Amino acid sequence: MKNNAMRWAILLLMVQWVQAQEYFPKNDGVLVKKDLYQVFTEATVHQNSVDLLENATIVVKDGQIVSVGKNIVYPKNSVITSLRGMHVYPAFIDVHSSFGIKKPVGQTRGRSTQYEPSREGFYWNDHIRPEQSGIESFNFDASAAEKLRAAGFGLVNTHLADGLARGTGALIALSDKSSNATRVLSPKSAQYFSLTRSQQTQQSYPSSAMGSMALMRQFFSDAQWYANGGSKTKDRSLEAYNDNSRLPHIFEAGDLDAVVNADQIGDQFGKKMAIVGGHNAYEDIERVKKTGATLIVPVDFPSAYDVSDPLMASFITLSDMKSWNQAPSNLAVLDRAKVPFAITTHGLKNPGDLLKNVRTAIDYGLSETQALAALTTVPAQILGQANKLGQIKPGFYANFTVTNGSIFDEKTTIHELWIMGEPHVVNSKDLVDVRGDYTLEFKSATYKLVFGGSIEKPSIQVTKDSLKLTGKVERDGAWMKLQLHDQDQGGWLRFSGNASLVNDRIALSTDLDNTPIALMRTTPFEEKEKKEKKKEIRAIVPVTYPNVGYGYTQRPTAETVLFKNATVWTSESNGILTETDVLVKNGKILQIGKNIPAQGKVIDATGKHLTAGIIDEHSHIALKSVNEGGQNSTAEVRMSDVVDSKHMGIYRDLAGGVTSAQLLHGSANPIGGQSAIIKMKWGAPAEEMIYSNSPKYIKFALGENVKQSNWDSGGNRFPQSRMGVEQVFVNYFQRAKEYDEIKKAGKPYRYDEEMEVLGEILRGERYISCHSYVQSEINMMMKVAERFGFRVQTFTHILEGYKVADKMAEHGVGGSTFGDWWAYKMEVKDAIPHNAAIMQRAGVTVAINSDDAEMSRRLNQEAAKTVKYGGMSEEEAWKMVTINPAKLLHLDQRVGSIKVGKDADLVLWNAHPLAVYAMAEKTMIEGAIYFDREMDKKLRQQVSDQREMLIQQMLDEKNQGRPTQLKSSIKTEEFHCDTL
Amino acid sequence: MKKINQIALIGALTAMSWSLMAQQTPAPKQTEAISIVGGTAHLGNGQVIQQATLVFENGQIIALGGPETPTKGQVISASGKHIYPGFITMGTSLGLIEVDAVKATDDQSDIGDMIPHVRSIIAYDAESKVVESMRPNGVLMSQVSPKGGMISGSSSVVQLDAWNWEDAAVKTDEGIHISWPNPIAQGRWWMGEDPGMKPNKNYPQQVDRLIQFIQEAKAYHQGGSSSRNEPYEALKDLLSGIDVAYVEADSERQIIDAVSKLKSVGIQKIAILGGREAYKVIPMLLENQVSVITQATHQLPFDADADYDMPFKLPKILADSGLVVAMHNMNEANHQNRNLPFYAGQLIGQGMNPEEALRLITQNPAKIMGIDHLYGTLEVGKSATLFISQGDALDMRTNQIEHAFIDGRHISLDTHQTKLYQRYSGKYQQ
Repeated sequence: MKNNAMRWAILLLMVQWVQAQEYFPKNDGVLVKKDLYQVFTEATVHQNSVDLLENATIVVKDGQIVSVGKNIVYPKNSVITSLRGMHVYPAFIDVHSSFGIKKPVGQTRGRSTQYEPSREGFYWNDHIRPEQSGIESFNFDASAAEKLRAAGFGLVNTHLADGLARGTGALIALSDKSSNATRVLSPKSAQYFSLTRSQQTQQSYPSSAMGSMALMRQFFSDAQWYANGGSKTKDRSLEAYNDNSRLPHIFEAGDLDAVVNADQIGDQFGKKMAIVGGHNAYEDIERVKKTGATLIVPVDFPSAYDVSDPLMASFITLSDMKSWNQAPSNLAVLDRAKVPFAITTHGLKNPGDLLKNVRTAIDYGLSETQALAALTTVPAQILGQANKLGQIKPGFYANFTVTNGSIFDEKTTIHELWIMGEPHVVNSKDLVDVRGDYTLEFKSATYKLVFGGSIEKPSIQVTKDSLKLTGKVERDGAWMKLQLHDQDQGGWLRFSGNASLVNDRIALSTDLDNTPIALMRTTPFEEKEKKEKKKEIRAIVPVTYPNVGYGYTQRPTAETVLFKNATVWTSESNGILTETDVLVKNGKILQIGKNIPAQGKVIDATGKHLTAGIIDEHSHIALKSVNEGGQNSTAEVRMSDVVDSKHMGIYRDLAGGVTSAQLLHGSANPIGGQSAIIKMKWGAPAEEMIYSNSPKYIKFALGENVKQSNWDSGGNRFPQSRMGVEQVFVNYFQRAKEYDEIKKAGKPYRYDEEMEVLGEILRGERYISCHSYVQSEINMMMKVAERFGFRVQTFTHILEGYKVADKMAEHGVGGSTFGDWWAYKMEVKDAIPHNAAIMQRAGVTVAINSDDAEMSRRLNQEAAKTVKYGGMSEEEAWKMVTINPAKLLHLDQRVGSIKVGKDADLVLWNAHPLAVYAMAEKTMIEGAIYFDREMDKKLRQQVSDQREMLIQQMLDEKNQGRPTQLKSSIKTEEFHCDTL
Repeated sequence: MKKINQIALIGALTAMSWSLMAQQTPAPKQTEAISIVGGTAHLGNGQVIQQATLVFENGQIIALGGPETPTKGQVISASGKHIYPGFITMGTSLGLIEVDAVKATDDQSDIGDMIPHVRSIIAYDAESKVVESMRPNGVLMSQVSPKGGMISGSSSVVQLDAWNWEDAAVKTDEGIHISWPNPIAQGRWWMGEDPGMKPNKNYPQQVDRLIQFIQEAKAYHQGGSSSRNEPYEALKDLLSGIDVAYVEADSERQIIDAVSKLKSVGIQKIAILGGREAYKVIPMLLENQVSVITQATHQLPFDADADYDMPFKLPKILADSGLVVAMHNMNEANHQNRNLPFYAGQLIGQGMNPEEALRLITQNPAKIMGIDHLYGTLEVGKSATLFISQGDALDMRTNQIEHAFIDGRHISLDTHQTKLYQRYSGKYQQ
């Protein structure tokens, strides 16, 4: 249906264009009608990536292909061009371009944060701009068009690359032969989206990647609601989107994770998205395949890092080095996996690099067939115009490229682009090859000349009586200019002539003399068999899981393992068992006891301690972004959208015996986002790290951070006091309650992700981890919850919990606190390290958490501090990092203790696990060993070997004069609650 | 603006109001000899005496030996327990910053590139609640250090039980802190630059400026200058080899440049603060008798590709090579200084002998700061600055301090925190 509609739209447009000439009044001459055919004969025609015709004829009329084939009879009124020896390809199409549309310049930020939109009558968020029409700010850019044509492009789909919803793009033919009346094939060809904020506004929300994702979901949902007549007011943004909702959707995502994110949004709302990105699809091609999306892949391969200075080299991570090394293999991997993809110039400084990089990709295994499809038929399909664009077939637009050989051969020259039936010369194909050896007689001297170089730019060597002279030759189309420097003849001798060879003779003239002069060719040029310069294909470092330092060549898998003779810390009522065996099978703890018969892999744990994996209730590792501070409530944002499965913090946590963590939103606002609870499955993609059937959590926050005490933000966001914090909660819960009532009553309502999430809290389906410090606010939060009939799940930080521990126990809230932090803010002036012990004794379930990537990897030591401060028993202390956090996360049926039937998330320690000198030897998750100190040694060697290999490759690159970059990526930032 | 000032003022007043709630009263002078008997004495120099008898009088250790050693005065039994010299933490903001987030309580740095005349000791708040919280963990002495500019000012050594900074001072202005320029700089993203790390083009000029300043100070001290120059005056003892240059430097290049340039202008005593890549230049450091004060072991590796346990083992690698090594955690909040014993404990997990690990927080810092004739080890003739722990003081499980003495004074182990602990434990027992 859609395709048909599109075809008609295009055909109508086409008719309009043909008639355009006719219905315009003409005052500068007489109106004539051109009724001629263009015929191209003897060509090698690549109709598309598959169909090849040798010695074929193409007939074109009015910008369209009439017929293609062998033995074609063409009408008499034809202009015939022979393309003998030439190849004809469909012109390339770039579907993700901003050709001719200037990007808006960023606004300077005001002193205070802007929370409200700056527009009226549009969507509530300025970053949603589907009403933008790219064509309205379009100006044909002749010089950019020339560059694109030189790169083989005949068509671009251009758009205003600004905002999350960017509005419609336009399909433009890169013809400079006429006006926009013929160039604009479609003024509304697709709708564009991205996860990047608009430069045209300072509205604060969304300030994070997860905020962008949430806003996008709300927007698509709102569009449906609006279409169903839900809104009482006009919203020109939603209206515009709905009007154009049947256009193809193109989503600029980014790396592999972002591609998956974009695909999820598309799936949720039933929108088929073509996704721009996936330059690192090779890192996990199965994950890409699963999306089923068509990709639009950039080929902006990074240049090598300049590692000539060892100091600077030490700042370049193996991960960055690998990105450089592996990037050229990306398209080949996509090709082999049969993922449909187009190629875009997006990200390239110069479109001329596209063919160069695609050729490189071909060297690394991309098939020429797919390369051509990715530049022609696939983009045509994405635009829903597969029956008009991208092939050389009857009924298609006459958009094709004439070359002198295979377009993917680096020796090939692009000669012409025919766009909408109009010729555009890139490199004239009619140049005569004048190269060869010549003699020139002038004023009784004889010069020997040798022209070499290329046809377009010949070089010259001149001798006179074996004396070398300086010479210059230049071609200007059909003409050539020649200069020789001969002191005996008064200096520079200059000649010019038409560079055509008649009987091995080129006639020249000079202003020095009137007699006819000629260059006589003695030997024609012979392409010297170039020393088969072996193309340098560098060795590609194998992808690891994850594809950074310390990644595994194969993902760890569950094994049958028997730990023999360990001291087993069960974190259960049976306490610490000595000389005990634990059997693990199919990812679960199968048996605990003495003398279990050997099976599977037997690990001698004599003298060692086996515990459940540590669970960090409060962590911000493995996140790409931590705070969405754009509004005072952001319940709609999901940390699961920004899990960074390649973060080194995961491996380091494993090395510290940590197997699970709650990745929390930060504390920039009273109502934060939804947590991602993960297992540290190093090497798995984010979606596999997140607990299946995960309990639902959300971050709330109180105190200095939410009232913005410690940074200057203009002070215009409510709340600025603890008094206000309460009112924020009361208001939002009341609204959620009323929202729920409307829903239950079956009345029409606008789906509001934020209210949905808050409703889950009210119904006890979602739990709050609440960042808290002083007793007043802790007490307040419990009262608010009680008023709305639910219970706060966990107070995190909870540094004055010891002051209200009795109230906490009564409310039934847990406490997840630090071992010994204080003095960093005013609100921790009364924080004491004995906090955990007092709360525990008052009947509160207490966990020790990290909120910090460094502390997370030695939480065993932080737990041990409760022995020192407050005199916890060692067994109780250990529970504070295992079963207690599991309880606080509603995961205690699955993890947190050594009990038959539970997940085999285990740590083998070389010593008493609470001792400062204990080291984790093996860390297992669901029966698979994710960290092993012996394996770690091998991984260190792997890191060092691969770095060395890549440094060698990059030094080769630099020392062969190829471009390099002299910078490292940003040093990974470690997040805390208040990281903005 | 007005509003901001008000907020600042309120912040300052609030901060003052609780620091006015006085800390523990400093202990009076030792009046009677004290003998600690039966414990395991960890001397801080690598040696251990089992069943030790340690006697001190007038603040000085007068006898130390096995069970045969005669006691004197009051006898404290330490049977099954451990005796350590007071731990010494370096490069701290203790007493200079009370609450990180409250600017009004931060006196650690001033403006200006070359401010060696700035003296940390006079801003030291002996009544800081953070300072008193060190003592129940065995941290009894501290180096109070300025931070800021290229030459930041002078540091002093204090003991952590005093009425005021003058009482607290053990050795004033013992070193000059220098922040060595970095040959690698992060892009200024706020100015539109790529935020990645790039070579710092200004590095050579920055080094030259620093060295030129020191050369000028040298010229000044040759006499003849008609007016007194406080910054140059402040470098006098550094130039004459009395003071230590504490140089923040991490990369191999910074360390090599710092040592060679500072040596070339006649600076004799150099200690590297940080020294992340010091392990690459060990022979040079040994040759120049440069000590290294590494970051505390409880750090993340600096770069993604580093061994996960690199920070755990760096001090050990350096100490094993014969360098004099101590630890600091100046990049962390200062309350963390009470974890100094556990930073050392971490080294035991890396295979270091516990007595060797202990030296990094006792004898070595004393040596580096030139107070080892009195502090840092348990030896006859030295100050009775020590404590008794129920168990291994380098392990958080067993670091339970029962008695602590500074210069023989039996100090209180109560703190603002222990009082709150008692108060609220009591609340729930009612």
